[in-house]
Amino acid sequence: MNMSLQEIDRIASEYKSKMEGYRKIINICTGTGCVSSGALNVFNGLKDAIESEGLSDKVLIKKTGCHGLCERGPIVVFGNDEILYQTVGKRNLDEDIKLLVETVKESRVAEKLLYKGDDKTKRYLSTHDIPFYAGQMRLVLALNGIIDPEIIEDYIAHGGYRALAKAISMDTNDVIEWIDKSGLRGKGGGGFHTGVKWRSCKSAEGSPRYVIANGDEGDPGAFMDRSLMEGNPHAIIEGMAIGAYAIGSSQGYIYVRDEYPLAVDRLLKAIGQAREYGFLGKKILGKDFDFDIGVFRGGGAFVCGESTALMTSIEGKAGEPRAKYVHTVEKGLYEKPTNLNNVETWASVPDIINKGWEWFSSIGTERSKGTKVFSLVGKVNNTGLVEVPMGMTLREIIFGLGNGIQGGKRFKAVQTGGPSGGCIPEEHLDMPVDFDSLSSLGSMMGSGGMIVMDERSCMVDVARYFLKFLVEESCGKCTPCREGVRRMFGIVDRICSGNGIKGDIEHLEELGRAVSLGSLCGLGQSAPNPVLSTIRYFRDEYLMHIEQKKCPAGVCKTLIKLGINPEKCTGCMRCASECPVGCITGEKKQVHVIDAEKCIKCGNCYDVCRFDAVIIE
Amino acid sequence: MEVETGELSLIINKYNGDKSYILAIFQDIQKKYRYLPREAVKFVCKELGVPFSKGFEVATFYKALSLKPRGKHTIHVCLGTACHLRGGPNVSETFERELKVKTGDTTEDGNFTLETVNCLGACALAPLVRIDEKDFGKTSPGVVKNIINEFRNGE
Repeated sequence: MNMSLQEIDRIASEYKSKMEGYRKIINICTGTGCVSSGALNVFNGLKDAIESEGLSDKVLIKKTGCHGLCERGPIVVFGNDEILYQTVGKRNLDEDIKLLVETVKESRVAEKLLYKGDDKTKRYLSTHDIPFYAGQMRLVLALNGIIDPEIIEDYIAHGGYRALAKAISMDTNDVIEWIDKSGLRGKGGGGFHTGVKWRSCKSAEGSPRYVIANGDEGDPGAFMDRSLMEGNPHAIIEGMAIGAYAIGSSQGYIYVRDEYPLAVDRLLKAIGQAREYGFLGKKILGKDFDFDIGVFRGGGAFVCGESTALMTSIEGKAGEPRAKYVHTVEKGLYEKPTNLNNVETWASVPDIINKGWEWFSSIGTERSKGTKVFSLVGKVNNTGLVEVPMGMTLREIIFGLGNGIQGGKRFKAVQTGGPSGGCIPEEHLDMPVDFDSLSSLGSMMGSGGMIVMDERSCMVDVARYFLKFLVEESCGKCTPCREGVRRMFGIVDRICSGNGIKGDIEHLEELGRAVSLGSLCGLGQSAPNPVLSTIRYFRDEYLMHIEQKKCPAGVCKTLIKLGINPEKCTGCMRCASECPVGCITGEKKQVHVIDAEKCIKCGNCYDVCRFDAVIIE
Repeated sequence: MEVETGELSLIINKYNGDKSYILAIFQDIQKKYRYLPREAVKFVCKELGVPFSKGFEVATFYKALSLKPRGKHTIHVCLGTACHLRGGPNVSETFERELKVKTGDTTEDGNFTLETVNCLGACALAPLVRIDEKDFGKTSPGVVKNIINEFRNGE
């Protein structure tokens, strides 16, 4: 297709007027979270019901990307008036669908499915009122949950590909200048200035040049990039095309995790459509600019999220990193100048071109501009995706948007930065979140995983968890990481099983420093962070494990014993029916007993007891 | 294991015999056979002109590839950070007990292969279990039996 700005306008207005023909537009979230909560059943059920009511030409039912509030999925939003319905079909699918069809027909609100506040009396109507959304600033995620990611016209109707048209009419140096002045920094964790990176790649010698989007979101507990790739793939494609034009590249790659099949699917479809419409391919928008994108599936290796390992992987080799004496902007993929940015960074680019660098740099803090998407998960009430301006405090995010800790338990720590980051305790909750402040606390912003921990989370066990992860994921190329992390795991594992000895903590600190100094790539250099940060803030908890052989959180199995307080047990039989090994006995309304011989200490009984009768010693 | 070289050639041709796509080729083959037969690795290497040692390195480096035959259904218990904190390890241990296999192994009847994975990106629904392409959110040791039965009965 011969694409031009006029043509973009025409497509947009045509699609918009088509949409205006519908009386109602119903957006159903079909992100991975809502799909596993049953969103596809809701979609099919509602579609059938609307059809059989003969309303198909008046009501459009759309599949969209992630709305963010995964905890309350499946999420259904009535597009025109932005009324959000939650947990649709969770209790009774047929009933909920009937209710929704009635609300469409009679233009009223389905009270029952509205989001409720803590006291269960206040009901929130619109997405703008719900505290989870009200405190956010959704820029990168703005169209997630609004557009159908499989329909390019929907993206275009919402302003899509206009930034590409604008950028292509600008001088390449000016495009880079804009990105530089906007203050955009790499959102994958590095925080490197995007404009500086682009300029270095452009001025590096060699041809061809490559641009890459890193969608190998390996940090456990993080799913921002997945939601973007699934929910708004065209924003990534458009951002890459703008970058490619500025840098002088004609070939791009998107590297996606193997664990994200839906993201691969949506990206491939979007790329196909972009080619068809002439946003990718030869002579884009009539200019002397050729660009195309290939999608590369990862193979389930965490280290491939590291830029050099990722490039080696695209070359068809085992994804091992290399030392970066020479930067990848000079010699990257196939030894050619390569500009790699994270998916979220690329998706931020179109807005900066559209709205100007001044607009972008007015958001955030002095050194960290714009917004950041976080995946707020763990022991927090509202789990899901949040996008906030840089500089919001951890407390505002966790207790404001996240609505505090599940079950009214006590907050203990928040883990940011995945296996490269650290745990931040309560005393630092008022720290504004940006690239620099979290590093000063011994953690890092990382790609945006934010895992909240409560009093039932053992910090030594968390350190052990990350070390085990890193032992498995270390590629094995360099010794400090391969052997050092394994030794650290051995020590922490020993502490967790009650065999810690005096001096273990000091030993861990020393080893941690050595691994950090001696490792080749970011994975090894940051590997000791989860251990060092937990020692720094929770040394007492380590000491309890080592000296008193006690796990205060009740997690480390060899150090705990479960029992039932006869004074509190009401004999409700819940624990007995939930016990996976059947080691709890007791008649109805009689005090229950745990058979210590058979007990596997999974703590399930503790979690399900409503009377606090199960005790962990 | 006998591999059908005609089918393998089709997969290789899909990527124009480009050796940089060796991982994708292996993944497609694995989708077909539910694992990556050693014979297939040999054949692909020969066709692409890649030394077997290099192809084998790729086949063993990436966790998504398995040189061991897999069962009819693959169970992935997510042990990402959020799943770990919300009791994922208890869920995976319950699967081990119920199926009488260790993580990484296949049940005797060839029905299930049990694996753990480091994050499936549905952290809000922790602990998550994925069987083949179906996800189960907010699981607990108590629901494991039902999940297994759903797939056993679905045979």
